[in-house]
Amino acid sequence: MDTLTVAHFLAGSLVLLSFSLLYQDRLPPLINTFAAQSLVLALAIGWQAETQHAPHLLITAAIEFGFKTVLIPLVLTWIIRNLKIHRTVEIVVGVGPTILAGMALVGLAMALMMRATPGIGVLARQDLVFALSVVLLGMLMMVTRRNAVSQVIGFMSIENGLVLAATGAKGMPFVVETSVAFSVLIALIVTGIFLFRIRERFDSMDVAVIDQFRGER
Amino acid sequence: MVVSETLILAILQAVLVMALAPLLTGIVRKTKAGLQRRRGASIFQPYRDIARLMRKETIISHDASWIFTAAPTFILAATWVAATLVPTFAQTPGLAPIADLIVIVGLLAAARFALALAGLDIGTAFGGLGASREMLFATVAEPAMLMIIFGLSLIAGTTRLAEIAATVQATVPGLHISLMLAFVGLAMLAVVENGRIPVDNPATHLELTMVHEAMILEYSGRHLGLIELAQALKLLLYVSLIAVVFIPWGLAPAGSTLLAYGLGFGVYLIKLVVAAKLLAFFEIAGAKMRVFRVPQFAGVALMLALLAVLLLFVSRSF
Repeated sequence: MDTLTVAHFLAGSLVLLSFSLLYQDRLPPLINTFAAQSLVLALAIGWQAETQHAPHLLITAAIEFGFKTVLIPLVLTWIIRNLKIHRTVEIVVGVGPTILAGMALVGLAMALMMRATPGIGVLARQDLVFALSVVLLGMLMMVTRRNAVSQVIGFMSIENGLVLAATGAKGMPFVVETSVAFSVLIALIVTGIFLFRIRERFDSMDVAVIDQFRGER
Repeated sequence: MVVSETLILAILQAVLVMALAPLLTGIVRKTKAGLQRRRGASIFQPYRDIARLMRKETIISHDASWIFTAAPTFILAATWVAATLVPTFAQTPGLAPIADLIVIVGLLAAARFALALAGLDIGTAFGGLGASREMLFATVAEPAMLMIIFGLSLIAGTTRLAEIAATVQATVPGLHISLMLAFVGLAMLAVVENGRIPVDNPATHLELTMVHEAMILEYSGRHLGLIELAQALKLLLYVSLIAVVFIPWGLAPAGSTLLAYGLGFGVYLIKLVVAAKLLAFFEIAGAKMRVFRVPQFAGVALMLALLAVLLLFVSRSF
């Protein structure tokens, strides 16, 4: 099986999983889907390490797997259990329009990348297209969701897209990758504290409540 | 290839789909019963049902117009032609020039139109309700179907089934993500179009959420028999379509020996039985969804198809 087909398959699955993140309206399946997306990302990076003969990418893949497939989903599950919101069905803008907007964004990413990168190789170009799609879909998720936990997941999936783009490009310094991975971990800690604080303050995970808040006690 | 052989193959194909359609429905029902720890009726029961309906008296409402009586024949004819066009056990060169995916979709859409019209014609509440729901699902399911066809034609360079099957036959089985997405999309559409369990329950006549059965509630006797036969044919058509596009291995090429045709037939029967068992399993595993979630379900099929097409644009590998 040639390398291009496998890379195409893995990156395509990432975009598909981004769409299924948009489709979920309950939190536990959302977290599981995110874990699956990170797992596919780790596999894609591992495959890049194989084809680019870049062993340091294997470490990136291991970090991706350890943090985003195991640790972060576990922490998020623990958070929603402690906040007792693991049964809530989130009110989303509406799955149909969201998915349609997502498809438009993927088309946009494709049109943009096809025009912006005429000279580069097919593998790098397709990785860039998929990475930009994942980033845009993650942003769409952050815009359309009202629950803070799903916004965190949207943020993390944006980071998945960034890592995919970074590993597709040759000669990305290892320091950058590790620091990105750690910054995500720090973001998790910060958002974890943030989640508990807004829960405590407003009795809700709905970030729309914050709009009314003017700083009074 | 002599003309007579082409003709014989085409006729054989038409007879075969009609003969096997009730059997497929029978196998699905039997397997479902087995999974529910029931004994279930024999797999030949659909033949007996249809034969009994053909003999029984036909009752027609006073308010029915000619559309009501003409619709069953039209639906059966359109579905039969569509099912004949899909290659089952061998390539049929006589039918190949018109065996185009868009023709098949058009024929099925015409049958759907006739059924919805007949549902509205007698003026009962159930008929109108079923017809409106059927059209609601179709508005999402048909674009999805066309998008899948678009993706397949990007791969094969044509919308003709025979050539698509030949293209897929020539590829190495493996990780073809666009084909996989199109496969899942088409399988979901088959569930929507045939009213199988997450979308509609074919075994009930008592639910407010029924779609297909609501439209044909007023039919009896010969008319009902024709419609049930058309329904069985439609299921067979979708199974054959999925088989010929995504797993075309075993399809006998035109002009091969009698033995090769026999082998192709055997493989086709195996494909049918496997598809029936899988369908029964999925029907047992899930519950029926709310009617208003069905467009979402079909929308996922549309999304998968669109994604498959977009991925094809990015790189030539499928």
